Amino acid sequence: MPEKTDLPAALSGTARRRRPPLAWVGNGFLIIVALLAAYILVSNLARSPMVFLQNVLDGLKLGCVYALIALGYTMVYGIVKLINFAHGDVFMVGAFASFYSVSQFNLHQWPQMLFPAIPPGLSIVIGSLTVILLSMVVCTLLAVTIERVAYKPLREAPRIAALITAIGVSFFLEFFGALQFVFSPRFIPYKSPFDQTAWYIQDGIHPIVAGQDIPDNTITFSNIFLIILVAAVVVQLFLQFLVRRTKIGVAMRAASFDKPTARLMGINVDRVISFTFAIGAAFAGLGGVLYAIAYASIWTQLGILPGLKAFVAAVLGGIGSLPGAFVGALIMGQAESLTMAYISTPMRDAVAFTILIIVLLVKPTGIFGEPAGEKA
Amino acid sequence: MKRFLSLTAIVLVLVAALIGCSAAPKALKVAVLAPLSGPVPTFGVSTRDGALLAINEWNAKGGVLGMKITPIVEDSQCTPDPAVNAANKVINQDKVHYIIGEVCSKASIPISEIANAAKVIQISPTSTNTTVTVDKSGATKAYIFRACFIDPFQGKVGATFAFNNLKAKNAFVMYDQSNDYVKGLAEAFEATFTELGGKIAGKESYNGATDTDFSAILTKVKSAKADFVYLPDYYNVVNLATKQAKAKGITVPFMGGDGWDSSDLDVKAADNGYYTNHYDASDPRPEVQNFIKAYGAAYKDDKGNPKVPDALATLAYDAANLLLTSIQNAKADNTDKVKVAMEGISFNAVSGKITFDAQHNPVKGAVIIRVKGGKKDFDSFVAP
Repeated sequence: MPEKTDLPAALSGTARRRRPPLAWVGNGFLIIVALLAAYILVSNLARSPMVFLQNVLDGLKLGCVYALIALGYTMVYGIVKLINFAHGDVFMVGAFASFYSVSQFNLHQWPQMLFPAIPPGLSIVIGSLTVILLSMVVCTLLAVTIERVAYKPLREAPRIAALITAIGVSFFLEFFGALQFVFSPRFIPYKSPFDQTAWYIQDGIHPIVAGQDIPDNTITFSNIFLIILVAAVVVQLFLQFLVRRTKIGVAMRAASFDKPTARLMGINVDRVISFTFAIGAAFAGLGGVLYAIAYASIWTQLGILPGLKAFVAAVLGGIGSLPGAFVGALIMGQAESLTMAYISTPMRDAVAFTILIIVLLVKPTGIFGEPAGEKA
Repeated sequence: MKRFLSLTAIVLVLVAALIGCSAAPKALKVAVLAPLSGPVPTFGVSTRDGALLAINEWNAKGGVLGMKITPIVEDSQCTPDPAVNAANKVINQDKVHYIIGEVCSKASIPISEIANAAKVIQISPTSTNTTVTVDKSGATKAYIFRACFIDPFQGKVGATFAFNNLKAKNAFVMYDQSNDYVKGLAEAFEATFTELGGKIAGKESYNGATDTDFSAILTKVKSAKADFVYLPDYYNVVNLATKQAKAKGITVPFMGGDGWDSSDLDVKAADNGYYTNHYDASDPRPEVQNFIKAYGAAYKDDKGNPKVPDALATLAYDAANLLLTSIQNAKADNTDKVKVAMEGISFNAVSGKITFDAQHNPVKGAVIIRVKGGKKDFDSFVAP
């Protein structure tokens, strides 16, 4: 057990101390807030179940984007005990990489250009997958470079040094990207590799045609929503498989458990760490592309808030735990969407970070977190 | 050698200054303060070009009150300090009585303090902040005017257009709580729309700097059965919100203010949207078409094609014409008389027929632009 103090426990230094005399005031307050939230949700569910369901679906979309980022946070933390704050900016670079490959090089149209005979639908699928793969590769290379340049020299330094470096790298990516000759500081309209289509549900599924009214009290969803949902679930299952069933997964778990011993057992710990950064970044890149396609406006600071919320999700789920990051992200998505819908839109970020504070106060190890031991 | 050179330079400058003074004894000096450098240099160039075009046209017709007009252009950088220096220079050194400028409110406000104290008439073409023409106690600055409508006016025009032309009865308002411009437009819209007899179906705020997901607000738009959405934000937020609205099957028109006026506006997502603007090149009124012809003849772009004037050039042209017409009407180069003449003016400018209200803000119409089929088309001209 080389690393006994992990971050949440360290932040909540009071956890093991004797309970202060007025602790019931704080707990009572939390219970009142929880009851109030439950009342608001149930009354709105009763009033209009369709609208409620729609908000839940919108929250699911947000949650799945956060999940793709949070997985990277939690994996890196599980192995090197580093909160990689630059992760949200890797996500941003993924969005920009796909933007340039689509708008400058028309990469999404390559199958059609090389083989004009193939059906257009298939061409779009292959082209879009190529764009996504390219962004994942760019993010992977970027993350491995960051790890080499900024984190590896600090591996033996106190953990706070690496944390501060991570914040530095994050700012560097944001403001270097904002230079005119890099990504420029503007909001850039994103050119999507495929068109958005949406459907509504009422006695079956019908497509939404621009300019045509749809019936009231229906639920709508889009192809982007389905893709994000599928991507998040597939990535989650893939990572579970990778960590539990493969050789590199065993090496990752071993390195997370005890680095010096893993080294003695012949595991190349440095390579395992690089691999962890790479795979986390690849999925952040995937998230970046899907986010950009869904919201269609990109700029160099687009990674900050999703990155921070994904971090909160990882802590909520129990940082270091893969299923925890996924569940935490889904909860964050719901919290945000339902806050917007039933409390007030400007409260969304406040609620997200209040959750962080409450988790650190009440259960610093998160939902799936174990005090110490097996991680990743 | 170095000293000799600098002495020569100083002597040359002095001689040039003397010649400059003696060459045109009966000239009317007008200062143009524009941000030719600093954060918005393109605004400055347009403003200068528009003002100089008007002055040249007057000179070609024989000047004003028999005097040729001498423009004095200074770079005021859209920043308070350089703007104050430029204003002091033209007032104390060049002895001008008339200033056209500045573009930015934060530069126009300090200039207005100096100009008003020196009884120099200032007309800002494009500064929209209310305190340019009104001091802290709420009193109108006697010698300060502007040529553009102020922010709340766009909200008023938007509401009138939505109610009368689009027949909207149940409007939803979305606004950025952290942006005074957006808030000002939204409040004015709401006030006018309810005054006309419309109903506000809902009002939601967001944080424009960080929010990208508007799905919950749009779900409310749908369940409130709104027939119109007012979203007076900049193009980046408009792009996000209108695209998400399309995916939710929302077909009611969106409308905003001049913040929509950008080449980066997603015209596909914002299809069937409307926005208010100062002017549009395809407006058929003869004032507009003559101005576009004259501007294109005077200024060429990099490729040698005639330039199309933007809103800044137009408002600077209008400001110069307002000023010179007022001097003509006052029949004297006397700022007290010109001020009175300007307050009573009724002038057919490119950006609409202008009269001034008690706060020296122009009362004039706005142009409604419709986004349709990938283009931004002139829809109508709305008089106040």
